[in-house]
Amino acid sequence: MAVDLLTRTVRGLGGRLVRLVLLLAAVATASFALMVHSPVDPVDAYVGGDLAAIGPEQRAQIAERWGLDDPPLERFATWLGNVVQGDLGRSLSFNQPVTEVIGERFLPSLALMATAWVLSGLFGFGLGVLAGTRQGRFADRAVCWWAYTLASAPTFWVGLLLLYVFSVSLGWTPVCCAVPVGVLADDVTLLDRLHHLVLPALTLSVVGVAPVVLHTRQAVIEALASDHVAFARAQGESTRGVVVHSVLRNAAAPAVLLQFASLGELFGGSVLAEQVFSYPGLGAATTTAALGQDVPLLLGIALFTTVFVFVGNQLGDLVHARLDPRVARETAGAR
Amino acid sequence: MTAVREVVAPTWFGDRRRRTLAWVGLSALVVLGVVVAGGPAADAAQTTSLTDRNLGPSAAHWFGTDRLGRDMLARTLAGLRLSLVVGVAAAVVSAGIALTLACLAAVFGGVVDRAVGWLVDLFLALPHLVLLILLAFALGGGTGAVVAAVALTHWPTLTRVLRGRAREVMSSDYVAISRQLGHGRGWIARRHLAGHLAGHFVVGTVLLFPHAILHEAALSFLGLGVDPGEPSIGILLAESMRYLTAGAWWLAVLPGLCLLVVVKLVDTIGSNARALLDPRSHHL
Repeated sequence: MAVDLLTRTVRGLGGRLVRLVLLLAAVATASFALMVHSPVDPVDAYVGGDLAAIGPEQRAQIAERWGLDDPPLERFATWLGNVVQGDLGRSLSFNQPVTEVIGERFLPSLALMATAWVLSGLFGFGLGVLAGTRQGRFADRAVCWWAYTLASAPTFWVGLLLLYVFSVSLGWTPVCCAVPVGVLADDVTLLDRLHHLVLPALTLSVVGVAPVVLHTRQAVIEALASDHVAFARAQGESTRGVVVHSVLRNAAAPAVLLQFASLGELFGGSVLAEQVFSYPGLGAATTTAALGQDVPLLLGIALFTTVFVFVGNQLGDLVHARLDPRVARETAGAR
Repeated sequence: MTAVREVVAPTWFGDRRRRTLAWVGLSALVVLGVVVAGGPAADAAQTTSLTDRNLGPSAAHWFGTDRLGRDMLARTLAGLRLSLVVGVAAAVVSAGIALTLACLAAVFGGVVDRAVGWLVDLFLALPHLVLLILLAFALGGGTGAVVAAVALTHWPTLTRVLRGRAREVMSSDYVAISRQLGHGRGWIARRHLAGHLAGHFVVGTVLLFPHAILHEAALSFLGLGVDPGEPSIGILLAESMRYLTAGAWWLAVLPGLCLLVVVKLVDTIGSNARALLDPRSHHL
């Protein structure tokens, strides 16, 4: 039995790994093709304002050093070979290896996204359960209206609003950055970091809450209409007892799945939130890379976020299967 | 039929169907009004007046003025027009791509179907905004690039919906009978598939508008979208960031609020239209 389980796990993991590798290869090919056919000339972009000061010989030298004269297929092969060995090239705008930039920048982003993720999950689930149990009443309508309105709100505008209210008017939170300005890296306390984190995280979670609310509400309504709830009620269970014992787990499965599947949206939101709050994370690095014509970094971020979203989806499937045994049985049967 | 009608008590605003239609009409009217009003506002949006810089909202300038004394109401209206036009154009192209792929997948099946599914998965593998940034960058920036980038990124979800629906139709009995009668793929697609997909397609297109508009604004906000000289809402908000700490709240709050209202109205049109065409999907 144990061995059987082990082989099944290994086989599942192997299948997932193969899928990830295939996906990465496709993303790498597609994004490299995009970059090659871009009308933006990499040398012009690199030289930028010094264009007049550089002669054609120097341009040719730069192009030769980067291998821009080689045919695209050859360049792609070289690049892919380097990527397979873990070398994503050198970022032009940060003047550091791409892997280092991503490594440094991802941690603050991860802290931000994780906080927002947990907050929006908890709030969204709570509000969804509230709306579902009071279906059709005032609380339900208010929550639904709020969720639909938030779904139409631009993330960066919500960020600007919060920034104005809490940082500019009330002065409770800092205006920018992840750490206090002018303080040595070693002197920054955890409290400082949290203080700088709270507003961007709040922005992200406020915007990300809508889908969880609406799906949880739907799941709660469906669960409340099911036979086992009617049976529990017939046995004299109170509404609260019904919700706690018979509804929560049913409603949690879709919410968890959705929350894990929303990692891509979350990253997109963090790009905008980090721009508003000048938070030095991977999202801000994405913007810098695109504005600074930093092709290696853009390609690196594309690959990295693909892995990020893929892992999120797989984790979602796993947790969903744990919460809902029917799903686990289905996937096992399919395999 | 009359018995059913009696059960649904008419409210002060007519029955539910009428009310839904009224919402759609009203929202469409306001959105159209914004687009029309944005045209004449384009001139005023670029007229600078250095004597009244950074003024708060007043009777003369309802939304205040920016750092060059330009009237923010005019800029907001012009920006909304631009955002709506760009967003709608992109969404329509996107919906066209979705329809083509879904029909191809359903009609030809087999390898084509799998290829479409694989393409959808590939486009959903990257975070939406990262893909948008990549495309906007690769296409060289500017308004045309934004339309293309938004159009190329918004079709996967609609393709999924349409493909599922098309598959349902193609596996139904009457299509099988049609095949037995010797009708070709084109005939079946025209006679059986088109009618079933039309409603979903229209509603799906309208529901793409909000996403497209918001993503255009986001790209412009990041500086990768429309030309910075054009008054797009994203650009207005990006400019407002520098003056927010000085207390110029009207630069950010009012244009953003207008964008929110317009997007919500467009969304209202879409979801109400869906409720009318497909009542079963109404609950979500």
